[in-house]
Amino acid sequence: MQVPTQKMSSHHSAANESKTRLFAQTIKNHIRSYSMVVALVLIIGLFQILTDGILLRPLNVTNLILQNSYILILAIGMMLVIITGHIDLSVGSVAAFVGALAGILMVEHHVSMTATVLVCLLLGALIGAWQGFWIAYVRIPAFIVTLAGMLLFRGLTMVILEGQSIAPFPKSFQNISSGFIPDVFHGDSLHIFTMVLAALLSLLFLWLEIRKRNEQKKYGFEVGHQAVFIAKLIGVLAVINLFAYVLATYEGIPNILLILAVLITVYSFVANKTIAGRHIYAIGGNEKAAQLSGVKTKRVTFWVFVNMGVLAALSGLIFAARLNAATPKAGNLFELDAIAACFIGGASAYGGIGSVSGAIIGGLVMGVMNNGMSLLGLGIDWQQAIKGLVLLAAVAFDIYNKNKSA
Amino acid sequence: MSEFILEMRGIIKEFPGVKALDNVNLKVREGEIHALCGENGAGKSTLMKVLSGVYSYGTYDGEILFKGEVCKFKDIKQSEQLGIVIIHQELALIPYLSIAENIFLGNEQAKRGIINWNETVAKTKELLSKVGLDESPHTLVGTLGVGKQQLVEIAKALAKKVKLLILDEPTAALNEADSENLLNLLLELKKQGVSAIIISHKLNEVARVADSITILRDGKTIETLDMKKDHVTEDRIIKGMVGRDLTARYPKRESKIGEVIFEVKNWNVYHPFQHERKVIDDVHLYIRKGEIVGIAGLMGSGRTELAMSLFGRSYGKKISGQIFKNGVEIDVRNVSKAIEQGIAYVTEDRKGNGLILMEDIRKNMTLSRLNKIAKWFIVNENLEIIESEKFRNRLKIKTPSVFQKAEKLSGGNQQKIVLGKWMFAEPDILILDEPTRGIDIGAKYEIYTIMNQLAQEGKGILMISSELPELLGMCDRIYAMSEGRITGEVDRYKATQEGLMKLMTKTRVRG
Ligand SMILES: Nc1ncnc2c1ncn2[C@@H]1O[C@H](COP(=O)(O)OP(=O)(O)OP(=O)(O)O)[C@@H](O)[C@H]1O
Ligand SMILES: [Mg+2]
Repeated sequence: MQVPTQKMSSHHSAANESKTRLFAQTIKNHIRSYSMVVALVLIIGLFQILTDGILLRPLNVTNLILQNSYILILAIGMMLVIITGHIDLSVGSVAAFVGALAGILMVEHHVSMTATVLVCLLLGALIGAWQGFWIAYVRIPAFIVTLAGMLLFRGLTMVILEGQSIAPFPKSFQNISSGFIPDVFHGDSLHIFTMVLAALLSLLFLWLEIRKRNEQKKYGFEVGHQAVFIAKLIGVLAVINLFAYVLATYEGIPNILLILAVLITVYSFVANKTIAGRHIYAIGGNEKAAQLSGVKTKRVTFWVFVNMGVLAALSGLIFAARLNAATPKAGNLFELDAIAACFIGGASAYGGIGSVSGAIIGGLVMGVMNNGMSLLGLGIDWQQAIKGLVLLAAVAFDIYNKNKSA
Repeated sequence: MSEFILEMRGIIKEFPGVKALDNVNLKVREGEIHALCGENGAGKSTLMKVLSGVYSYGTYDGEILFKGEVCKFKDIKQSEQLGIVIIHQELALIPYLSIAENIFLGNEQAKRGIINWNETVAKTKELLSKVGLDESPHTLVGTLGVGKQQLVEIAKALAKKVKLLILDEPTAALNEADSENLLNLLLELKKQGVSAIIISHKLNEVARVADSITILRDGKTIETLDMKKDHVTEDRIIKGMVGRDLTARYPKRESKIGEVIFEVKNWNVYHPFQHERKVIDDVHLYIRKGEIVGIAGLMGSGRTELAMSLFGRSYGKKISGQIFKNGVEIDVRNVSKAIEQGIAYVTEDRKGNGLILMEDIRKNMTLSRLNKIAKWFIVNENLEIIESEKFRNRLKIKTPSVFQKAEKLSGGNQQKIVLGKWMFAEPDILILDEPTRGIDIGAKYEIYTIMNQLAQEGKGILMISSELPELLGMCDRIYAMSEGRITGEVDRYKATQEGLMKLMTKTRVRG
């Protein structure tokens, strides 16, 4: 039963049949990420009702973004680490250490913000290189290296802070986390620039999607039904613009959202479309086979940890800016939140599987639950317990799905 | 009780997009060896997984009768209780456990949860002598060669009081002596009343041991032949499998041999962990354009180690020697350099070293030469689909699309992906390590044809194989290897199996 796929361009029924089958397959492959989107929507809906609509108020949506940004940034880096088949337990401590350094440089030595940020990111890269060296070249399991890193950098944080907090940071630095993109149009009740940005983004999205579709047509592939395509476009545009509108009725786009958006776009692109991304997945899938295909497995692993270090540093800076203080306790348990976000978002503990968008969705599921439960007045104790259950449920659901399709 | 120990009736098994079994019938007589033959992806392994409960009752249609009784196995455990034991295409022993521990894994000789080690060891000794394996029960399985591991698997089956033994391509990874040994053991067990189903692409073996044979094609039963009554020959089996006569086993090729394209001088390699052990000892060899060169060697002769060390030093330590391409010395310090220099290595271990099982065919095919379909490090996925489709068609890989995950394919089709992957890389020198392992006769012919085409295009091909007839049928020149040294070099026309065998077993005179 050979399907004549060579004639894909022609509209043979056989080719069509194989296409539908193929479509079903891709849907199946993505069922996990889709089901998490559905779960996220359901959770949002649930808390929206339980909190009498507070959850989606402009102020709270803005808060949600600000509260979760540093975990989301860690989750992006963590996802790559997990895809290569490793783990990083040190990111919380690294974030704290970097935050502490920022405090010392800026508050105590009055170094400029730009210089501080650069130095801090560089420090993150160095820490990542340090851990990546042991993991990739000496082949000590990442669990052990980063467990050591977790203790080491937490300890160093306390040493350099001498157990004290350092505050306050200069206004410009705080702005990273609490500032908004100014409205050049000076709207009254509505942040007009936000809406302009949303419109531009919508156009960009439209252009990219249509170009992609035309490209596929050019290669002679069957493309999905036109109606479905248009429905999808309308759906996405509606979400973008509604979201922008909600933000625009408050203060507009937080600076941090812009940083996040850039990171998500860049990292999704790298993971999905570039040679480097392919190599990362290949290493997690089968390191030996990847190596025998010419993938420089050690080098790639090393750089994945360097990258994690930089993102951990960024996360530490943002947290310090938000707290407006560098404290020895900063970043406590961040690593676990980031790891949980990845697994809720569909990563495999064995490596090779996962996506940046999954990490973000996983992070949002946790973030919305945290926020919603706080609004309901549930204590940290219960929040922690419930998050644990959610993590377990998400992964159990994943395994159930896999067994069913086998 | 009927004369049949096993009857499978009207078995239908579907996977998403694939009907793997379509109304299959299989009847096995008590006390016979029954062969199951068919092309790659015909459904042989799937049928045996249905039988042994890997696919539980309810996930397939049809009926299974064992000793006249209807069976509805939920898992392997239940089929094993009745004495149906399957040894899978890929061995499933645990390398870090001893032979005794492996044999009684899941079947521990224990009282109230406490293992009786004396009894375990005693019983293991008994079983090992039955299968003719002269090893201590305490030996770690990982230190044994594949042939011996296979015997351990059989001992493990015997420990479960096997009535019907299923072997899925048991000899695919064995050399001739070990295969011989295994087949004799099967005949021995038959005398003791153990029935067996054996899946194999080596038809000479089938013809030797089987009493009857069932042929599958595209998930359907084609016929069941009685070996004696029907005077079944290998050609007859092939006809049933591919649906037509296959006149020659090896396609003809006009050798157009040119200049030396690849040459190795003074090649020495040491073992990666035991630093004093020399694995490859002063090897010299060359390949000319348009030439297919064979390496004949027994398991452990260092042939794979030689190939991998040449391929970007992916095996061994303290490597010394020179590699020349077109007369110029080249630097192939690592695999990516080797690929850049146009060298490709098709591994013998497709699951361990060749494929990323969880990824789809497309991504597996392009991995070793992504820059071919990329611009500014960005992969052009549309082009990727087109390119991988091309190789899927050329190699006739049986699957609905290139988006199928590699793990979902039959063994032989997986092998074809590995081959396609390296054809995609467009090498000048292609090192093939057991390229037809587990591949059916028809597909073998296709692979030989492709090798010939590549040779015609002026590439140099180095082929390692355990099957001497294959080397004799395909190669222009053959090197024999033993104990890490090249022990001889023979021309196609002068080579004979006996002559090669002598060279392959030549041992060093120690003084
Ligand atoms: N888990 C699975 N999911 C989807 N398709 C599968 C799965 N397992 C097997 N198949 C398909 O079912 C068909 C039969 O596969 P099977 O492994 O039984 O072949 P086989 O006869 O053993 O071949 P080979 O000689 O290559 O080992 C193939 O087309 C294969 O791709
Ligand atoms: Mg099989």
